[in-house]
Amino acid sequence: MVQDNGKEQTLALKLRVWRQRRGQPGAFEEHSLAAVPTSASFLEMMDMLNEQLIKAGKDTFAFDHDCREGICGMCSMTINGMPHGPIPGVTTCQLHMRNFRDGETITVEPWRARAFPVLKDLAVDRSGFDKVIQSGGFITVRTGSAPEANNIPVPKPVADEAMDAAECIGCGACVASCKNGSAMLFVGAKINHLNILPQGQAERDRRTLSMVKTMDEAGFGNCTNYGECQAHCPKSITLDVIAKLNRDYLRARVKEFFSSTGKPSKGGD
Amino acid sequence: MNLDPKTPAGPLADKWNNHKAKLRLVSPANRRKYHVIVVGSGLAGSAAAASFAEMGYEVSCFCYQDSPRRAHSIAAQGGINAAKNYQNDGDSVRRLFQDTIKGGDYRAREANVYRLAQVSTNIIDQCVAQGVPFAREYGGLLANRSFGGAQVSRTFYARGQTGQQLLIGAYSALSRQIGLGTVKMYTRHEMLDLVLVDGKAKGIVTRDLVTGAVESWSSDVVVVCTGGYGNVFYLSTNAQGCNVTATFRAHRRGAGFANPCYTQIHPTCIPVHGEDQSKLTLMSESLRNDGRVWVPKNKADTAKPASEIPEDARDYFLERKYPSYGNLAPRDIASRAAKEVCDEGRGVGQLVDGKRLGVYLDFSAAINRLGESEVRARYGNLFDMYQNITGENAYKQPMRIFPAVHYTMGGLWVDYNLQSNIPGLFVGGEANFSDHGANRLGASALMQGLADGYFVLPYTVTDFLAGEKSGSRPSTDAPEFQSVVKDVNDRVAKLLSINGTKSPRYYHKALGKITWEQCGMARDKAGLEGAIRDLQALKKDFWENVKVVGSGDALAPELERAGRVADFLDFGIMMCLDALTREESCGGHFRTEFQDAGEAKRDDAQYAHAAVWQWQGEGQLPARHVEPLVYEETQLSTRSYK
Amino acid sequence: MALTGLVLAGFVLGHMTGNLLMFKGPEAINAYAAWLHANPGLLWGARVVMIISTVAHIWAGVLLSLENRAARAGGPAVAATRRATFASRSMPYSGIIILGFAIFHLLHFTFRAVALGDVSFGDDVYKMVVAGFSSKPVAYFYIISLLLLCLHLSHGVSSVFQTLGLRNERWRSRLDGLALAYGWIIALGFISIPLAVLTGYLK
Ligand SMILES: Cc1cc2nc3c(=O)[nH]c(=O)nc-3n(C[C@H](O)[C@H](O)[C@H](O)COP(=O)(O)OP(=O)(O)OC[C@H]3O[C@@H](n4cnc5c(N)ncnc54)[C@H](O)[C@@H]3O)c2cc1C
Ligand code: HEM
Ligand code: HEM
Ligand code: SF4
Ligand code: F3S
Ligand code: FES
Repeated sequence: MVQDNGKEQTLALKLRVWRQRRGQPGAFEEHSLAAVPTSASFLEMMDMLNEQLIKAGKDTFAFDHDCREGICGMCSMTINGMPHGPIPGVTTCQLHMRNFRDGETITVEPWRARAFPVLKDLAVDRSGFDKVIQSGGFITVRTGSAPEANNIPVPKPVADEAMDAAECIGCGACVASCKNGSAMLFVGAKINHLNILPQGQAERDRRTLSMVKTMDEAGFGNCTNYGECQAHCPKSITLDVIAKLNRDYLRARVKEFFSSTGKPSKGGD
Repeated sequence: MNLDPKTPAGPLADKWNNHKAKLRLVSPANRRKYHVIVVGSGLAGSAAAASFAEMGYEVSCFCYQDSPRRAHSIAAQGGINAAKNYQNDGDSVRRLFQDTIKGGDYRAREANVYRLAQVSTNIIDQCVAQGVPFAREYGGLLANRSFGGAQVSRTFYARGQTGQQLLIGAYSALSRQIGLGTVKMYTRHEMLDLVLVDGKAKGIVTRDLVTGAVESWSSDVVVVCTGGYGNVFYLSTNAQGCNVTATFRAHRRGAGFANPCYTQIHPTCIPVHGEDQSKLTLMSESLRNDGRVWVPKNKADTAKPASEIPEDARDYFLERKYPSYGNLAPRDIASRAAKEVCDEGRGVGQLVDGKRLGVYLDFSAAINRLGESEVRARYGNLFDMYQNITGENAYKQPMRIFPAVHYTMGGLWVDYNLQSNIPGLFVGGEANFSDHGANRLGASALMQGLADGYFVLPYTVTDFLAGEKSGSRPSTDAPEFQSVVKDVNDRVAKLLSINGTKSPRYYHKALGKITWEQCGMARDKAGLEGAIRDLQALKKDFWENVKVVGSGDALAPELERAGRVADFLDFGIMMCLDALTREESCGGHFRTEFQDAGEAKRDDAQYAHAAVWQWQGEGQLPARHVEPLVYEETQLSTRSYK
Repeated sequence: MALTGLVLAGFVLGHMTGNLLMFKGPEAINAYAAWLHANPGLLWGARVVMIISTVAHIWAGVLLSLENRAARAGGPAVAATRRATFASRSMPYSGIIILGFAIFHLLHFTFRAVALGDVSFGDDVYKMVVAGFSSKPVAYFYIISLLLLCLHLSHGVSSVFQTLGLRNERWRSRLDGLALAYGWIIALGFISIPLAVLTGYLK
């Protein structure tokens, strides 16, 4: 923000930043920055800190980031206890320093969850999310085998609902904010996107059962309906996706329970 | 250098089908004996890797992010073109082809572009079947919009997140194969070199970014889809990790690099706000449909708030210069016009480095005409984004915008099969140079990435593999691999050991300043010559004075950045050289010496070719070769937007 | 969890309604108790369902709480809560205290083993309850436990709908309100009894 005299407003900040090497215990380090422009993004503030560390010959803080425009889902900092910081609906990279006060102490931590082990400092391993997708987060369609796109009309409300869920950027803030370390919002978003669409019906039950199973195996906790995830999700995914996931899961389990056993199986599927 | 484009014979419309029918096949039982390396998991890489695995090949895929889903394709907002003609507005494959080749200012290979338009329709089918939630009409059929000044509505979109939705589609196909065990995915692995055995690409060397381990991988073919090099300008709309390293390392091993000076500048980005800025954010071009672009007529007014500048003291320069297109003038023209007024000292916004680099994009007329709620309905999310970044309310005061580097048309040279001049090295997506000529039309990069990945590479790579003996790939113990691993290790060690005084980011910024000033929106001989000298000096300084903190055996972001900047420095020199030696203006390449009162002046007689650069060794300037562009069915004409 | 929780929540409603017969005088409540005991099939059927549900609920609840704690891995050093209610965060604690209460309660009124002095009430449930709450500490303990029950239910009942997939953004706040009302009705209904004894309304 520019003041009347054309100069930029700046903040002096105290920072407590998490330092950790993989597989070892970590601790906070304290640093201070003298003049952070209020127009800078949070990650640009971290860049400034790192440049200051380089000048002093010290190791920088590693953190994940890539697009810096709120879409890749890579940035991931817990700021003053809040994943993605104090402003709802934005990612860490889209958080700007004008939301902080001069002289403030800011605590910066990684995502905290068993399923997201720390790789270094503020960077964590979120491969559990990928494993969940690998177990069923797709519609099977071999390249070139797709029918003409307009052969399957999708009512606009259905397409919009699928899109609402599909906006998830896979950042993991839901897990980090959930007091149970549960991934239900992420998995719910993913399952909803595909289970709602006509194209996704063939694999619906299989997808749901398999993704939930993988989610449990990946070490995420269970949902007890705190609602923190929705409140911290940068894309404002709602708890509806969890309710629907629960419903689809129950449905799939019941169907599985009462399914015809068919002819003796010869294995494979 | 062998630059035979291998364009198939026959009429344009039949080339691809005839060619496909002639390509060789590999029998299903044999396919699993071939190992395909795919570097990159963006639209091109994910689509290719998934398709290869479905066909039965053994595939390894690499990306530097923590998940393949985060490749920078994810950031595309606007949409993807396809010649479906769902709107019955006269679109066709030929028309999409013509628009694309004209948009590229007649500097792309005709046959490739035609093929792109042809397979565009299959892309939409494929993506819809995968569950990509494209916008729909109430009847349930797909919706389209007109994009980037096109006369037909052929752009498919998914809110402002088309790239993310398409990438999730490709990523889910890739994930399915990873789950099945047919693709081995290596995330947080950066390709640092290419391995050639007997002149063919047979593997790569990577660094595991988490453990620091440098490893080599052997394969029967290498497919590189590592995206664009926009970060050579430091500030761009690219992601922080976007790099030229993979393609530049291949270039150093002999691959030709084509047209590096073709870079695209996008007119509607949020302006630079300060020295510490790390990235520029794009706002959808659709804003120009209702926003009016202006700056003050008088320099003295530039520091005043917009509200204090009366109507008659405002210069709506796009409407003035291009009365028929007005605020919708094409990207390169609108960008250059903004630069000109700012260079005249009439820019607005914050002073950065003594200059105000921004022009107003004013919605007050639209708000008066349509009402604030309608403007909110059309652009609400963009206004929110703008407010989040700048802290300013664009309903109350005009937005400020400035052009930013957005896309790079240049890339590794490839023939019609997307094979580089190194046998066995294929290149797809933004990393190759093929389809966009000197300027890319909006909504056609996503199309190209998916076309390459789904519908071209699976055929052409198979043809190549059919000529390779199965099981003949070398072991990574072979001396060729060992020596490249040693090169990479030496380089990493060297970077860590210089222990100078300046950070990698310092060099990246300095590099960006030079390239943006001299090789950005407008270029001239003296500036480019100076830039080359400056870059050579900067490179020397880098290798003497860079300080890389961190250790080689853990996540070391500074080391990653240093390696990328080092390659960008060499690459920047080549880019400026390319701009210097192309003595014409075309598309995104604007040489101030070659213009007709602001319009780019092409020189078809001398420059209707792709310039392909060949590495000549450390400390040498690369050598320029050409691939003449042959137009069989296209009449070259001059763009005019007056 | 949801099913067992629902059974338990249903039980407390029934139990509470039955207990309110206290206000209709000794005859009503004693007759109700006698009727229950005269139908051993019904009584034991209900008891079996209750025992199974309680054990299952507690077993699932404890397991869940432990699993979730482990999955959280300590959480951030600075704790912050944006939305999760106090009730939702204290479910295991309110639950355990309710369990403690239930055990005491069974010893108190069903086995008549504690806190009643050496009086034999026979079938006079009315007298027993009045005598039971004549002790102030006991009455207060009941009241506090019942407030915790209110807390537990105010999250739990709405939660059941979410778990069964019968909730969305539109219905969420309504169901939350419903659960809160349910919790208070149950708690106040129960509390009215010790309170009435304390104030001397019931003697
Ligand atoms: C902000 C923005 C908006 C855009 N909007 C549109 C639009 O609306 N329509 C349109 O058609 N186009 C648009 N584009 C252009 C388009 O998005 C890109 O050109 C296209 O997505 C590139 O895809 P790709 O697969 O080639 O590369 P990317 O998606 O960039 O993928 C590159 C991959 O390579 C990997 N990689 C890179 N270097 C290495 C290395 N050294 N080692 C290992 N892996 C590596 C990365 O991890 C990544 O997986 C936009 C671009 C930007 C920046
Ligand atoms: C008679 C006493 C009890 C009643 C009426 C009761 C009722 C409920 C209800 C209705 C739920 C919501 C279930 C759901 O969300 O699906 C619930 C959840 C829970 N209960 Fe109880 N409960 C009782 C005792 C206990 C006890 C003794 C514990 C001890 C650990 C406990 C622990 C929990 C926990 C942890 C939850 C959260 C689970 C979830 O929300 O899914 N409860 N309870
Ligand atoms: C003021 C509050 C309460 C009063 C006055 C009360 C009263 C009683 C009485 C008199 C009995 C014994 C009936 C008999 O043996 O004939 C009883 C049994 C019981 N109560 Fe309560 N109760 C209260 C609250 C609760 C609460 C909150 C719970 C649950 C958490 C509960 C659970 C039970 C159970 C499980 C039994 C045993 C039922 C059986 O015999 O199967 N009570 N209660
Ligand atoms: S649901 Fe929201 S918080 Fe969770 S991963 Fe997706 S975008 Fe991030
Ligand atoms: S915060 Fe956690 S408990 Fe459920 S509602 Fe969200 S996953
Ligand atoms: S860096 Fe991509 S979302 Fe923040």
